[in-house]
Amino acid sequence: MPKIVVQVMPKQDLLDPPGKAVAKALERSGKKGIKAVRIGKRIELHYSSKPTAAQLAEAQKIAESFLSNGVIEDVISVTVEQD
Amino acid sequence: MKIGVVTFPGSLDDRDAARAIRIAGGEPVALWHADSTIKKVDAVVLPGGFSYGDYLRCGAIAAQAPVMQTIIKHASKGLPVLGICNGFQILVESHLLPGGLIRNEKQHFVCRDQRLRVESVDSAWTNAFQTGDEITIPLKNGEGGYIATKDTLKMLEGEGLITFRYLDVNPNGSMNDIAGLRNERGNVVGLMPHPEHAVEPGFGPDSPVAMRSGIDGLKIFQSVLNSVVSA
Repeated sequence: MPKIVVQVMPKQDLLDPPGKAVAKALERSGKKGIKAVRIGKRIELHYSSKPTAAQLAEAQKIAESFLSNGVIEDVISVTVEQD
Repeated sequence: MKIGVVTFPGSLDDRDAARAIRIAGGEPVALWHADSTIKKVDAVVLPGGFSYGDYLRCGAIAAQAPVMQTIIKHASKGLPVLGICNGFQILVESHLLPGGLIRNEKQHFVCRDQRLRVESVDSAWTNAFQTGDEITIPLKNGEGGYIATKDTLKMLEGEGLITFRYLDVNPNGSMNDIAGLRNERGNVVGLMPHPEHAVEPGFGPDSPVAMRSGIDGLKIFQSVLNSVVSA
């Protein structure tokens, strides 16, 4: 299925409580060397055929206006994938 | 005076909000997320709950609903809009208020009677208070941590746009103990705690007078009645 994959992460300088909780659990279970954990989202937009440049541009817009909230998150990437 | 209460899929406190409006002396009008009309109401309440299951981000999908496009348009012309809890999240996702709300600092859902200080009475929803009033209303949220950029916080503090601040404890890690905000014009207010659950003796938080007698939330609904009458 051809798709556009959007990756969203909480902003670097903001607290990420779920990431912090996972980091603490890793520390408790004795895993060494992991300084921090941050949890983001991978969102897939599926298409019936390979997305066009216009569709990719539209996906970029959707990613920034709806799939992420610029106040608390950054869009890391918007890419076409095929599998 | 007619005050609309929007029901989204997953709204929980729409009926409580309608009841609070009635007790304050207003006429509640049910509004529906999929309609574009707001039925000529004089003000709107976005109630608490978990609209669209909190999918994507709390309030994000509700902010795209047809009824919200109409509310956003009217809010920019001065329509009083109150967002409670999930409603507050919808307001920030609609960019009617700045900043964002994230998972509580300690990860827990918090449910308690919360003391607040009223910081700004220059709004459609707080004008029945005196600045510095201390009130107690229920708080119940999992994602109530208010965050904003340094510049936004400076602007909020400088312009006096913070309407409510947490007292005693900060239940969710909100920056600057922010529990509620208003916009510059004062017609849009959002807060995480629930004033609609503290409007009728016997059903509110405990108060020094008697158990469950707290009705500190009522003034929020009375405020909007004042503001529309005087407008």
